[in-house]
Amino acid sequence: MSPNTRPKLEKRLVDAKYLLQEAPREKHFITGAQAMAEAVKRASVDMAIAYPITPQSEVMHLVGDIYAQGHIKEYYRAEEELGTMSAIAGASRAGVRLFTATSGPGLLRGLEAIAAWPGHRVPAVLGVLTRVVNAPLSIQPDNVEMAYLMHCGAVMLHAENQQDTFDMTLAAFAIAEKVDVYIPVAVATEGFFVTHAKGYVDMTAEDLALEEFDPVAAPVPAMDNETPPARIQRDAPVQKSNFMSYLIHAVWQQEIWDSNSRAMKYIYEYLGGPIEVVNPDADVFVIASGCAAAQGREAQRYAEEEGLSVGLIKVRAIRPFPTKEICDATKNAKAIIVPEHNAIGWLCKEVKAAIPNGGIVTEGPRVFGGMTLPVELIMVEIYDALGIEHNIKL
Amino acid sequence: MSMKYITPAETFKKYLPKDYVELVDYGPFGKSQEEAGPGNMGQFKELLEEHPMCSGCWMAYFIRVIFAALPNPEETVTLGTAGCGRLAISQAAVPFIYGNYGDQNAMASGLTRAFRLRFPEKHKDVITIAGDGGTMDIGFSMTMHSWIRGEKFTTIMLDNEVYGNTGGQESGMSPQGAVLKMAPEGKKFGKMPATDLAKAAGCVYIVRLSPTNIKKAAQIIRRAIFVAREVGPTFIHAYTSCNIEYSIPTEEVFKDAKEKEKGRFSFDEYMTDAAREVIERVEAEEKAARKARKEAMKAGAM
Ligand SMILES: Cc1ncc(C[n+]2csc(CCOP(=O)(O)OP(=O)(O)O)c2C)c(N)n1
Ligand code: SF4
Repeated sequence: MSPNTRPKLEKRLVDAKYLLQEAPREKHFITGAQAMAEAVKRASVDMAIAYPITPQSEVMHLVGDIYAQGHIKEYYRAEEELGTMSAIAGASRAGVRLFTATSGPGLLRGLEAIAAWPGHRVPAVLGVLTRVVNAPLSIQPDNVEMAYLMHCGAVMLHAENQQDTFDMTLAAFAIAEKVDVYIPVAVATEGFFVTHAKGYVDMTAEDLALEEFDPVAAPVPAMDNETPPARIQRDAPVQKSNFMSYLIHAVWQQEIWDSNSRAMKYIYEYLGGPIEVVNPDADVFVIASGCAAAQGREAQRYAEEEGLSVGLIKVRAIRPFPTKEICDATKNAKAIIVPEHNAIGWLCKEVKAAIPNGGIVTEGPRVFGGMTLPVELIMVEIYDALGIEHNIKL
Repeated sequence: MSMKYITPAETFKKYLPKDYVELVDYGPFGKSQEEAGPGNMGQFKELLEEHPMCSGCWMAYFIRVIFAALPNPEETVTLGTAGCGRLAISQAAVPFIYGNYGDQNAMASGLTRAFRLRFPEKHKDVITIAGDGGTMDIGFSMTMHSWIRGEKFTTIMLDNEVYGNTGGQESGMSPQGAVLKMAPEGKKFGKMPATDLAKAAGCVYIVRLSPTNIKKAAQIIRRAIFVAREVGPTFIHAYTSCNIEYSIPTEEVFKDAKEKEKGRFSFDEYMTDAAREVIERVEAEEKAARKARKEAMKAGAM
């Protein structure tokens, strides 16, 4: 279908603040994949590029459907993930709003291109529906892939559930496109546990959508030969072997990480901040992100029922990492427990590096390769931290 | 916009770098091929004047021809990749996109589609210019799939039969037997059949050439761009020798190109009927415009 013969839908375009915080919402019972696609539907996306991988595929199937319905102007299946991520980088130079999503091995395959997105100033949104990446290969949930993404320069949000997935995906477009940010935003959530499970999601009406992408509101104008001044490359100059080139690279990358930090104020504005704290006066904190935060929330509830001084810190933003916020929230903590869905404990490492007293952090519990994270695993660590006898058999 | 976006405000002119002002006043922007085409190279302000490639590099020469041949430089975006060519391409006065090694045709797919979304009434010419390694080895899948999908842009392969930029390793386009780095006993298999692959993958205009005839080379580049606008993917496979890695003395470079033209770079032009229609139409229009210009000049002289 040529662009001009595509169905045109009547929508009311509104700003991100209204859409995320003021617009009336209705409760739906949907999967995480649906929640992500529903957010994309409301984001006035120009172009989406798809490549299948379980458990992500469901997201881009649904995005394909909403393209066919006319919510998105262009959509295609690419050859593989490096092709997908490269095409996103190319399309972004033309000044359009972009979305794609992938999982585990697909993320790693596309990572060479994704790592270059921030430097290319690509304000695209990337869904990351986590899955095992290492051998023995498996399609099961495990979020170790996020550790690889953490050093690329992109903003990274981690959704606990279907509601987060909807809100964060929608907010991601607004954050990515801020002129003082203008780098990609990744929205991660656990494959299967969130993507294929249903939860309640309060959603805005379908005919309400984010304002269109503005290709001029950018720190680097679109490369469309329409935006003066000419001959000043939108991109960083091609690097050569001389000191000027080294300097330009260094300055450019510094600016990327500064942009990443500047995203924090928008994470406050649209998502209520990078962390959520339950029971701020507690002695023991469970610090967790994504699905592990849902289990941590349960553990905190059990502990509270038993009269134990336990709190929860849910980490919404992995990049920029809320160092200051976590330091403040844990300044009187006696012990910290970091449950995770991966073998290496990337969140645990971040937390330890953020606080002045890393010795109070318990490494784990960790599950991986597709295992679930029973609340009992966290409870054992809580009892141990508080020196309480227990007879939980694992 | 296009012409307007490169034209500086009159009051601002005196503060701008001289080379930029001259480029707008005397360069090929908004001019015809007789005024500022490759036939006049060296006599007008060129889009690409200086480059850091090896002296006598045939690839650098061909890149200059590409820029001089552009039908509409003010509406053109080029994409390149790691390899010698990018060093020159990035210095031309045309927006240039440089991604990861081999991803140029995937990037161009996204870019072309996004341009067509935003500017349905305009032709924004998109051209990928990459080495043989970038096009046929590391970028193979992305090259082939862009063609199979029928993406409407032009792919130009600068085939120097070697990885020049990384110091002379064997590439898929090196000829059989060539002793190169990483092929210490000589290459064990022949050149990849690039133009056959392009045909099988659905390119609608394909040319293999050794660009010894500057006017003909320019005509082919223009044809490839015109056809890509309307019909589908187009591909130019050009011999652009590496005089360093193949030890071709500078004064022998042209002779070598002539020899290759008689051998594995014999001229070959393929076009579908739809492509032929576009070429005939555009070239007839150009001829008419030339004639009209001549007559206007004659009338003006009288
Ligand atoms: C992913 C990746 N792998 C390898 C390289 C190293 N590399 C840079 S240029 C190049 C070879 C270029 O050869 P070709 O594409 O034929 O272009 P030429 O330099 O000969 O013009 C290689 C292997 C790279 N930059 N990126
Ligand atoms: S190494 Fe070869 S291809 Fe590269 S610039 Fe030098 S002569 Fe040209």
